[in-house]
Amino acid sequence: MTTTAGFHGKDVRSDLHVAFEPRETGGIQIALESRVAPYYGDGLRAQIHDVLVTLGIEHAQLTVHDEGALPFVVGARIEAAVKRAGLASEKSWLPEPATHPSASARDRVRRSRLYLPGSEPKYFINAALHGPDAIILDLEDSVHQQEKDASRLLVRNALRAVDFGLCERIVRINQLPLGLVDLAAIIAEQPDLILLPKTEYAEQVQSVDQAIAELKRRHKLSRDFWLMPILESGLGIENAFAIASASPNVVAITIGLEDYTADLGVVKTVTGSESLYARGRLVNAAHAARVQAIDSVWGDVGDREGLRRWCESSRALGFDGIGCIHPSQIAIAHQAYAPSQAEIEKAQSIVAAFEEAQHKGLGVVSLGSKMIDPPVVQRALKLVARAKAMGKVQ
Amino acid sequence: MTITETGKLELAQNAAGRRVPTIVNGRAQTPYAGIGGHSPTGCKAAPPVRSSKDYPENGDKRVPDLETALRQCGLRDGMVISSHHHLRDGDKVALLALDAAARIGVRDLMWFPSASFPSQKSAIDLMDSGVVHHIEGSMNGPLGDYCTQGKMRGMGVLRSHGGRWQAIQDGEVHIDIAVIAAPTADFFGNADGSHGKSACGSLGFALADSIYADRVIVVTDNLVPFPCIPWQIQGNNVDYVVEVPSIGDPAKIVSGTTQITRSPDRLLIADYVARFVRDTGIMRDGFSFQAGAGGITLAFVDYLRRMMKDAGVKARFVRGGSTKYLVELLQEGLTDYILDGQTFDLDGVKSIASDPRHVATSPFTSYNYHGKGNFASLIDVVVLGATEVDVNFNANVVTHSDGRLLHGIGGWQNCLFAGCTILAVPSFRDRIPVIVDEVTTLTGPGELIDVIATERGIAINPRRQDLMDAARGSGLPIRPIQDIKAEVEKICGGKPARPKLGDRAVAVVKWVDGTLLDSVWQVD
Repeated sequence: MTTTAGFHGKDVRSDLHVAFEPRETGGIQIALESRVAPYYGDGLRAQIHDVLVTLGIEHAQLTVHDEGALPFVVGARIEAAVKRAGLASEKSWLPEPATHPSASARDRVRRSRLYLPGSEPKYFINAALHGPDAIILDLEDSVHQQEKDASRLLVRNALRAVDFGLCERIVRINQLPLGLVDLAAIIAEQPDLILLPKTEYAEQVQSVDQAIAELKRRHKLSRDFWLMPILESGLGIENAFAIASASPNVVAITIGLEDYTADLGVVKTVTGSESLYARGRLVNAAHAARVQAIDSVWGDVGDREGLRRWCESSRALGFDGIGCIHPSQIAIAHQAYAPSQAEIEKAQSIVAAFEEAQHKGLGVVSLGSKMIDPPVVQRALKLVARAKAMGKVQ
Repeated sequence: MTITETGKLELAQNAAGRRVPTIVNGRAQTPYAGIGGHSPTGCKAAPPVRSSKDYPENGDKRVPDLETALRQCGLRDGMVISSHHHLRDGDKVALLALDAAARIGVRDLMWFPSASFPSQKSAIDLMDSGVVHHIEGSMNGPLGDYCTQGKMRGMGVLRSHGGRWQAIQDGEVHIDIAVIAAPTADFFGNADGSHGKSACGSLGFALADSIYADRVIVVTDNLVPFPCIPWQIQGNNVDYVVEVPSIGDPAKIVSGTTQITRSPDRLLIADYVARFVRDTGIMRDGFSFQAGAGGITLAFVDYLRRMMKDAGVKARFVRGGSTKYLVELLQEGLTDYILDGQTFDLDGVKSIASDPRHVATSPFTSYNYHGKGNFASLIDVVVLGATEVDVNFNANVVTHSDGRLLHGIGGWQNCLFAGCTILAVPSFRDRIPVIVDEVTTLTGPGELIDVIATERGIAINPRRQDLMDAARGSGLPIRPIQDIKAEVEKICGGKPARPKLGDRAVAVVKWVDGTLLDSVWQVD
């Protein structure tokens, strides 16, 4: 029986297609076609051998069409073909690890998170260069049902081998129970945060939390793994506070507007009036649970002005960030979710007045002839802290 | 200078350490002697001067067809026939002329195009049958493979646009018959490229051919009553005019709209380059720039345009290949002039036809090294591409990293004399690193290449301490070239293997001064 994995063709980049046929005898035979054969042909053959040996395969016929796949992709594709043949289910081939920054902070800035379809390795390698606060390796909606298994291996290898720079490393797993299989494959490679799609109950968050705790024990990991549930239905929104406070590992909640509007049977519009209640409710629940509120995504990549308007009103509602489906959206999100220079300067003067009052032991803070109420001081303190986190203030 | 023997071909090692033939197509050559190391000398070559009495008094130089024109030009075995490439991949005229020559029965012609294109691949049949002996001019696609595989009888000679002008001017290449495709012409031979159904903009690449060739044939599909205005090609240099139904395929002559790259990574490179030009102070009132028509460089122009607007900065001139992005600059008052070498899209063609500030130039004014200067060295910053660059900032534009011919030199070498030369390249393509230890084919010496901008960072040539200083504090990712190279090799899984090149030179790369910079070696 022959199994296959991966993709090839004129328009495919950074991937390979392999047809794998286990044999009884004859050793490993590789028929290789590669657009980088003169440069990496020998290395590619050697790696394929290494992957097969690691997976315990001694005899097989492989036909490989390579479109310039990087080593972490080569390994994932070969392993997927082998596993699809029902072999090596307990074994894995892992690429050379990159050095990763330490685990992300619970309250780090999350203005933008760039979605990367888990089945498209060509987008992984340069994603961090565009400077999003986070990248999301997506195993859920952007991955076809038949590619779930192969994408899981790709995402595992990417988490291990790809340098995502200073980005928070997020994986969107599938809904449970498939999501538990995803977790088992990826936790050892230490993503910072897990996005939980279509969350409707606190119990779902707790199931994931427990599964992660179990995997942490198995892999002897002590670090935190943060959670960000996505609320994508009327019920999810109704349970927003329970979900946001379901686990101390929840650092943010977000909304999926495509599914939410579909659930309500309303049309998603550019003004978002149909989801205003849900988004307001989510923001309120997030703040009540002391977690961040993160907005959905803006689907029209060409409409930069629309995105800007959406982000500005989103920030005004109390959101801290938004999902991005294209790198060109990142700069707009960062600008919109950051306080303006005027806001920062005003807040700084309030903070200075507050500190001076503290210093003098005065109970009342005043700026010029104006008295400043305590909540205004609190808001100014938050804004300055946030501006600092974004590098806008020294 | 060391002389080695490879087969019958004598090779010399030039100042860049590259092995080059001492004789090419029967003509003795000078090895590259370094930047400014060689001074071309001598007088201008000249065609025989003819007299008005040999031409119709009524000015009508038309003949029925190309075959007649070629016969009346005295076509013989071994002659040099030239053509220009302003019609790009849509050109029909060069092959019409060569096919007519084949019907006449001559052999061993040298075809001397300003560049060849993939649609002209049937020139291979003409070389196989012996009509054409060899091509001196850029070759890519099937023609490039034919040459690289060693199937061409003569040696390929790759010259820059400026170098081609010089070769003609100096008589290194004597054009017997120039065949000039003209989108508009009158019966006297005045011709222009900016009007007509096959309009292509400037005809600058054909100017030297029209001045220096023994005989000149203008071929048009849009004959207008005398005078054809403007007349970039002057009928006083023209022997015969031939009318044909079509000189080319308009869809392939100019693109309807030039496309900016959509690749986020390439847009990032363009953004870095634009910010570099702005933040180092190169972008200032009265400055000038040139950018190629590749996806990254077009995006650069678009980004720079926004930055110029925001800063209220205006350029004195910009240098084309023109596209709608340069035309927008002109129309928005962000530049006084476009000095155009070739016109790539419909917006460019419309503009050059109607706006006197959009000026057609030739390689004589822009690029010719053997002359009293040229304006390429007046340009403040130029943004170009490359297939490979090396750690010494040398670059390759003519071959793939496997040694096969890929591109002509075009104006690329000539542009390197700008105040700041920036190569905008992805750090790897399909797993193949672009930054290597040593380029496969040396096309541009690193002394003239100031900046290499990739999506992983910007490397400044250590020779340009001034640019290093200017870029400080800009927040741009300025990195040593070795750093970027090491990072890419880590991503790609190690250094790429070196391709195996043959030891027979199948083509040579000339430097702008006419010396030999490198050889292209046979690859099977």
